[in-house]
Amino acid sequence: MSVLALLRTAWFSIGSNKLRTGLTLLGMIIGVAAVISLMAIGRGSQNTITERIESLGSDLLFVRPTSTGGSIFGGGGDSDDLTIDDAVALLDPVFAPSVAAVAPEIQTNGQIVAADADTFASILGVTSDYFPVRNFTIDLGQAITAAHVLNGSRVAVLGSQISETLYGVRDPVGQTIRINEKVFTIIGVMDSKGAGEDNRVLVPITTAANRLTNNRAADGGINVQTINVQATSGETVDAAEAEITTLLRLRHEVTDEDDFTITNQQETLDTLNETNETFALFLGAIAGISLLVGGIGIMNIMLVSVTERTREIGIRKALGAKRSDILYQFVLEALLLSIAGGGLGVAIGAVLVRLSNGRNIAGQDVETVFSTDIALLALGVSAVIGLFFGIYPAARASRLHPIEALRHE
Amino acid sequence: MSLIELENVKKVYRIGEIEVFALAGVTLNIDQGEMVAIMGPSGSGKSTLMNILGCLDVPTSGSYRIEGDEVGTWGDSRLAKTRNERIGFVFQTYNLLPRLTALDNVELALLYGRGDSTKPRAREALAAVGLADRADHKPTELSGGQQQRVGIARALVKDPVMLLADEPTGNLDSRSSTEIMAMLQRLNREQGRTVIIVTHEPEIVEHTQRAITIKDGLVVSDVRIATPRTAEPNEEVSA
Repeated sequence: MSVLALLRTAWFSIGSNKLRTGLTLLGMIIGVAAVISLMAIGRGSQNTITERIESLGSDLLFVRPTSTGGSIFGGGGDSDDLTIDDAVALLDPVFAPSVAAVAPEIQTNGQIVAADADTFASILGVTSDYFPVRNFTIDLGQAITAAHVLNGSRVAVLGSQISETLYGVRDPVGQTIRINEKVFTIIGVMDSKGAGEDNRVLVPITTAANRLTNNRAADGGINVQTINVQATSGETVDAAEAEITTLLRLRHEVTDEDDFTITNQQETLDTLNETNETFALFLGAIAGISLLVGGIGIMNIMLVSVTERTREIGIRKALGAKRSDILYQFVLEALLLSIAGGGLGVAIGAVLVRLSNGRNIAGQDVETVFSTDIALLALGVSAVIGLFFGIYPAARASRLHPIEALRHE
Repeated sequence: MSLIELENVKKVYRIGEIEVFALAGVTLNIDQGEMVAIMGPSGSGKSTLMNILGCLDVPTSGSYRIEGDEVGTWGDSRLAKTRNERIGFVFQTYNLLPRLTALDNVELALLYGRGDSTKPRAREALAAVGLADRADHKPTELSGGQQQRVGIARALVKDPVMLLADEPTGNLDSRSSTEIMAMLQRLNREQGRTVIIVTHEPEIVEHTQRAITIKDGLVVSDVRIATPRTAEPNEEVSA
């Protein structure tokens, strides 16, 4: 039988029971549309994260002490290896010409109490350079200045989310709050940065060391949890990393293992991308399962079809159809079903992706990215599924004995 | 050499431990151009004989030759090819595919072989049985006699060496029966087509040239009919 005749026969058979065909297709359509939209969400969130990190600047390096026990976020005496003096030393234009700016920070957290509200937030002790280095901009009031740091002033700059939690739409500048029972005056509010960076309170690093933590080193210096380092440009990040390493090794008299680690943005990006790929894979697996269910639907309907059309198979065999003719006919029907389902699924998936892109769904801004490679993959997989689940029913049909098939009522 | 040569053909079915001989040793020759009736009560083995003649089944033992070719050793695809090219089936229940038009039903036999222009050939075959104007009708829109004529057109479209008709008039009224018998006789007399009819109706047998009777899987009588009755030509069927 010619390919064209086979195609026509298969197409005709599929078209002759429209409701059943439609329902079978629906299984494939849902599966493929699920693959397309879930993968689009996965890729979209990957894009979002990449954008956010890149907005921080690709010229950033983070120097952290290698923890000798406990968490580096603990704010206690565990991280006694990196001090403000180390940060200042990194500004040396001779030893570290690739370093443009440094911003040491102390991290702790605590209860923030305002006049009629309170919340729990992370508290950062920072210097004035922290704002330009980390791209934090001021919405209301002012930032922390060098004078604040020098004097150990009890002033605080609020993240936009804290400001909203404590004061709603009111202007908090000039109000006083208590941070861990210590009184502070609010001098400013930052612009929203997203990515969970709005739920924090910034205070001068000296104030944080003296009043909020016990970050005083034995020699009177101030221990810090992170030194944010800005390189002179994106290209000099690697050079800056090498210079910092040399400088800190000298200062800390390191003989074997470094007591600090340097992370650059690229590494952070890689880690996050890895996490995201796992997430996308997980979504893909869920979608793949629904595709599999669609395939089983096709197999089910093909088995019913073979039973129903036993007599037709007998007639075709009496007219000279070989086993292979019958096999191809039914495999082709399954293939047509799965590819049609896959195609429609891709189309519906693409529409869903377009509709949901940029919308706020359940409080989350969803970014979705339709990818042609995923669409082609989904189509390919549905074809393979049609082939896989079509072969068994088709083989059963082809093995029917013509006499018994003809006698079938 | 005869067109069909059966030599001690046996067909055994196994039902559990018991062996049932559907055919217990049939020896039979049918020549090119003969019009033969095969008769016998139900369970006599005539259906089994018909299935073997039509290459739908192979004998358990013995030899079956069509035009000198031994069928017994053939595999599925060679049997299928033979059914397609050398044998035309006419069934009691017509066995047309209900979703296809008359034309598509006739064309079906052509699709399982080589060659192009299947539609024109199918149309010709339909015209030959006087149904050119019914080509686009589905079987349910045709009378029993018309459906059987579509069946005959389908059987003939590949120009087979023999026409195997299983109770071809069994489901028809007497007028349609006469019509179909007239058509089969005409095919036999005018085109020299070999026609084998399985039937239990004596009237049908009278229209053939030879009556073979099967009982308990054996040929019990094989008689020539000196003067076969001619079916009244029907004005509906054009020559």
